[in-house]
Amino acid sequence: MKDMPEGKGSRHAAEMNIREMRRHLPMGRPGGGPRGMVQPAPKVKDFKGTAKRLLTYLKPYKLHFFAVFFLAALSTLFNIVSPKIMGQATTELFEGMMEKLQAVPGAGVDFGFIKYILITLAALYLASALFGYLQQFIMAGVVQKIVYDMRRDINDKLSRLPLKYFDAHAHGEILSRVTNDVDNISSTLQQSITQLVTAAVTLIGITVMMLTISPLMTLLVCLVILPLSFIVTKFIAGRSQKYFVRQQAVLGELNGHVEEMYGGHVIVKAFGREQQSIEEFNEVNERLYEAGWKGAFLSGLIMPLMHLINNLGYVLVCVVGAIFVMRRVIQIGDVQAFMQYSHQFTHPITQTASIANIFQSIVASAERVFEILDEPEEIPDKADAKVIEFPRGDVQFENVKFSYKKDAPLIEDMNIDVKRGQTIAIVGPTGAGKTTLVNLLMRFYEIDGGRITIDGVDIRDIKRGNLRSIFGMVLQDTWLFNGTIRENIAYGNENATMEEIIEAAKAALADHFIRTLPDGYDTVINEDASNISQGQKQLLTIARAILADPAILILDEATSNVDSRTEWLIQRAMARLMEGRTSFVIAHRLSTIRDADLILVMNEGRIIEKGTHNELLAKGGFYAELYNSQFTDRAV
Amino acid sequence: MLKLFRFLKPYIPSIVAVFFLTFFQAISELYLPTLMSDIVDNGIVNGDTDYILTVGGRMLVIALLGMVCAVFSSLLSSRTSSGFGKLLRSKVFSRVESFSLQEFERFGTASLITRTTNDITQLQHVVMMMMRMMLRAPMMCIGGIIMAVSKDPVLSLGIFSAIPLLAMVIMLVSRKGMPLFKAMQLKLDRLNLVLRERLTGIRVIRAFNRTDYEKRRFNEANRDLTETAVRVNKIMALLMPAMSLILNYTIIAIIWFGSTRIDHGQMQVGDLMAFIQYVGMIMFSMLMLSMIFVIIPRASVSAARINEVLETECSIRDPLHTERSSAGVYAGISTAAQESAQTDHDGILATGDRAGKSTHTAVHTSVGIGSAATATDAVQSMSASGQGASGVCAGAAGTVNTRNPDSGASRDNCDSVALRANETDADTGTFVGAVGGGISRDSAAGTDTGLYTSGTPCAGMSATDMSATADASPANCDKSAVYPDKHGSVRFENVTFCYPGAEKPAVSGVSFCANPGEVTAIIGGTGSGKSTLLKLLLRFYDVGSGRILIDNQDIREMPIQALRAKIGYVPQQSVLFTGTIAENLRYGKEDASAEELKRAIEIAQADEFVSQMPEGIDSFIEQGGINVSGGQKQRLSIARALIRKPEIYLFDDCFSALDFKTDAKLRRALKKETANSTMIIVAQRVSTVIDADQIVVLDEGKAVGIGRHRELLDKCGVYREIVSSQMSLEELA
Repeated sequence: MKDMPEGKGSRHAAEMNIREMRRHLPMGRPGGGPRGMVQPAPKVKDFKGTAKRLLTYLKPYKLHFFAVFFLAALSTLFNIVSPKIMGQATTELFEGMMEKLQAVPGAGVDFGFIKYILITLAALYLASALFGYLQQFIMAGVVQKIVYDMRRDINDKLSRLPLKYFDAHAHGEILSRVTNDVDNISSTLQQSITQLVTAAVTLIGITVMMLTISPLMTLLVCLVILPLSFIVTKFIAGRSQKYFVRQQAVLGELNGHVEEMYGGHVIVKAFGREQQSIEEFNEVNERLYEAGWKGAFLSGLIMPLMHLINNLGYVLVCVVGAIFVMRRVIQIGDVQAFMQYSHQFTHPITQTASIANIFQSIVASAERVFEILDEPEEIPDKADAKVIEFPRGDVQFENVKFSYKKDAPLIEDMNIDVKRGQTIAIVGPTGAGKTTLVNLLMRFYEIDGGRITIDGVDIRDIKRGNLRSIFGMVLQDTWLFNGTIRENIAYGNENATMEEIIEAAKAALADHFIRTLPDGYDTVINEDASNISQGQKQLLTIARAILADPAILILDEATSNVDSRTEWLIQRAMARLMEGRTSFVIAHRLSTIRDADLILVMNEGRIIEKGTHNELLAKGGFYAELYNSQFTDRAV
Repeated sequence: MLKLFRFLKPYIPSIVAVFFLTFFQAISELYLPTLMSDIVDNGIVNGDTDYILTVGGRMLVIALLGMVCAVFSSLLSSRTSSGFGKLLRSKVFSRVESFSLQEFERFGTASLITRTTNDITQLQHVVMMMMRMMLRAPMMCIGGIIMAVSKDPVLSLGIFSAIPLLAMVIMLVSRKGMPLFKAMQLKLDRLNLVLRERLTGIRVIRAFNRTDYEKRRFNEANRDLTETAVRVNKIMALLMPAMSLILNYTIIAIIWFGSTRIDHGQMQVGDLMAFIQYVGMIMFSMLMLSMIFVIIPRASVSAARINEVLETECSIRDPLHTERSSAGVYAGISTAAQESAQTDHDGILATGDRAGKSTHTAVHTSVGIGSAATATDAVQSMSASGQGASGVCAGAAGTVNTRNPDSGASRDNCDSVALRANETDADTGTFVGAVGGGISRDSAAGTDTGLYTSGTPCAGMSATDMSATADASPANCDKSAVYPDKHGSVRFENVTFCYPGAEKPAVSGVSFCANPGEVTAIIGGTGSGKSTLLKLLLRFYDVGSGRILIDNQDIREMPIQALRAKIGYVPQQSVLFTGTIAENLRYGKEDASAEELKRAIEIAQADEFVSQMPEGIDSFIEQGGINVSGGQKQRLSIARALIRKPEIYLFDDCFSALDFKTDAKLRRALKKETANSTMIIVAQRVSTVIDADQIVVLDEGKAVGIGRHRELLDKCGVYREIVSSQMSLEELA
């Protein structure tokens, strides 16, 4: 940046630089990846529509924005006027001195006049600073509130979205929209709105001021600075963009490799592939270097070139101004003012050039946020939705039809009749779509045809909250949150007393290990729940289900998570838990399967057979084959 | 952060050049106002148009020169910072690749990824900023002050009084703002955490009707974050106006005092104009310098994180004495090891320690055999004084590896001497079946070699049972002598291992043998140490005490690459890499033929789905293997191990995602394929281990039973518990 002669110029330049620095330091950015120096503006599908919608978020703060605009304009204006006024002081000094030189009697500097000017200046600067601060102050509050509103809206929306949405979108992607994109909006909004106002006012103001001093010199300055600036900006921005796009691509490649190699570290080591991995890394790294330094160099060229243009203007003003002063066309103070003006002239130009890019990035971020807000929501509960207060646990599937994708039916015309207290075993290879059943029972997904009833009531007529409270769930993917063990167990029953919590933990055989932890029931489960073992986590989820006391259970006999010995003990606890409750068990244990009242055999997401153990064996189908391959020709 | 600047070393010439270029550019910049004042004071005052034009021309030339300097400096700084980033990235990545699991897990995958990518990018940008702006700012500042003083020393006092004021404002704002910035980051993390939990636990949240609660949790975090953000921004809003106010008021003061000086003829108008411009330059550079306060703390966090990685040494190293024997094959690795030995000083302790351990072995053997007294002397003096060892060592063995000049390395040579002594002893053939220090242990702790380790005899077992099974074990181990042509016999001898920071050992006092042509199954609950045993065998960790032997050689005495080349490992969690199926399988053996690939796929029961894929074996696996199912991934990862045709197979509970049918078929096919190999299977399902030649039952890190299914059913209570939890009683009959 060009060192500004004074006042306003320096301030501007400084602001520019801070902005630039911020951009250089990668912060959270859309997409999650680290952002290069000047990332190419992201593509936007519907710029106008999204921008309009973004405005609706700004609308409640209309008055604030008017105030900000007004203050920013005033602050800039005062700063623009000041060089001309300061020039008067210089002129007075110069004239006084010249007269003295020429030995005009009684000549000298009119200090009264200079004092008057300086006091005016002081007042102007003070006002400008004050307004500038006020404007920033208001902006800080407003922008953060807008962002707060946005996050709140997304939050509300997330609780209304159907599970389908969460299953279809990567968590990282949703997360990045809520944090990175919103963050991007906040930080750029904060800077660019005032910048836009300031740049516009500065550009117009300076032109006007220069015209009042000398139209001829204004023309000269404009002729030199304007076209050159545009050419340089355009030329360099275009070239460097190319390298940045490439750099971004290579960086993505590099990150991908790193992620993969670190993720598979055990394999890399076990198969002794460290060298190959390093070689590949170095190859990509080299390409990153090539693209990186070229892009950085080209974008770095903007500074010296704009600088040169600035200096050209400066020299021009010096020379032409000096000649004009000699010919008494203008005064020396005006030349000084002109020097300052011409210097400030290029900054708004480069600024506006980048503002277009910045707005594009805001709108792109906003668009991603709005995409979430536009997702179709869960069908709301019916107005006359029922509440089953004392559920028995009878479950019926009547001609149920279901598919995740329109053209791939999974369940067609399924009929199941489950009486209270019965056990239904779901059997099949892992990933056979056993969660589908959970999805349907709890109405996480809507069925396409037929109906599912609980105690004779269609689940679509039951309040969602009530429906889900009828079920208890222990799945293989344990989920605990960052809180104490006590809070986690009481998750299903907020009003549980400490005694009840301990009771549940005891029933789930978790009490013992909990008491061995440093803070017992008040031990905080850390972020990634790594301070307790997978098996212990499972025990806690069981305790959680026990405490919730549901009428119907959905259990996953999670063999690979709870150790076999504990599992055997849990089995007793579960058997007790299952007593009197209807249970859907994703079964791995032969005993469970054989004792079940009904076995559902699933394969590739479909229910292909159903019946009791003996019925299915007699049938000689998939189940029989499964059973025989597993448990015959063994020394059992 | 300064530590990392050593990676700038190759760019020192560039940096020096940038320094001078920036210097010249600053001078050109500073010179312009002086020329301007000349125009005013000489040109205008004297009405000399020619002078004005000449000086104007000179100004143009200087501006141009300044630009040229700036362009070159930009070129060099771009190359330097990018090069710095490249070098650092490469170093960090290689270092991480050298990590064993112990170090790797200390950081965690996610953290290592950030350290290799984002953190380095951060630093790279900082280096660029420093070279482009930070270098210039102090020059401009000092240069500006010099120019100002040269124009008018008295007036310069105004500048000197403004500078502390400016510094104060910067300090004040940053002192208030910085902690808030940090707090904001924490709150942002909190928001992220709440949201992440909400996404991962969506089913549970909905099932337990806690949507509103989660909504509240998020809103609280949101409000908290917003409040802090508002406060930070309001404080930062003060900075710019305050600074420009100080700057402008300084200028006003200068004009005021300057005019009296002009009035008294002590100064010229042009000088005052130039002076004002210098003030602007000085203040602006001050501002730039203040940015350092913003950048440095952030960058130093990144730098510290990177340093942490670079300063972490891999705890598991190749034994240096194998360098010569395997120099050709493992050239790359051994040079890496050598490099680390040369640069690392902490490592001396570790290697010394190991040398100490091996000396014991040597003592036993040499005493037992009664070999050369010199060797014993050397060994004894080594254990007596570590420092003086190298000399004795040289005397004893005559060969010292001169490639490693530092003492740590030569002590390692002692290690090698001792070990070679050990080997030669073995060669004499006196103790073929029990080489490597087993002799003394056998007599001292006979019970240890058996099945039942200290303290916890298997529940429900009588003393006679114990002795019966204990008898079976040595017999089992002796088999290696029966089939001398088969390699890959594995022996755990009283192995104990404790994860760093853990209170209880994950594995304690485990002893068993796994022989070629046999299937050894390890069963036990979660956390009983099953997978740990495999990881110890792969030398992802080193044993705490005891030893693991492959073909009667301690695995710590083998080159790591050679050790792992013997092993086909299938991890619990299947990992596939981006690339075709064929490429993934060739991970096991780089030059595997199409025929070999096909065979491995068939045995792994993967041929059906592979042939159904659009391009068969050349089908592309996406990152993370998302386009194949869990079971398919497992089968491919089994095929990858098969293709190695290793001496030892390690299957870590890798049949879990297979349905019973495929599981059974696969195991049948495997049995044929691996007839000559040692097979160790970690399992949860009893059905997987039922046919094994030997089952090792682990409970809380201890081997509580070893034997066949039927034997264990009779004798081992823990095993019975496991079995009965998985099958109903009548099936056991």
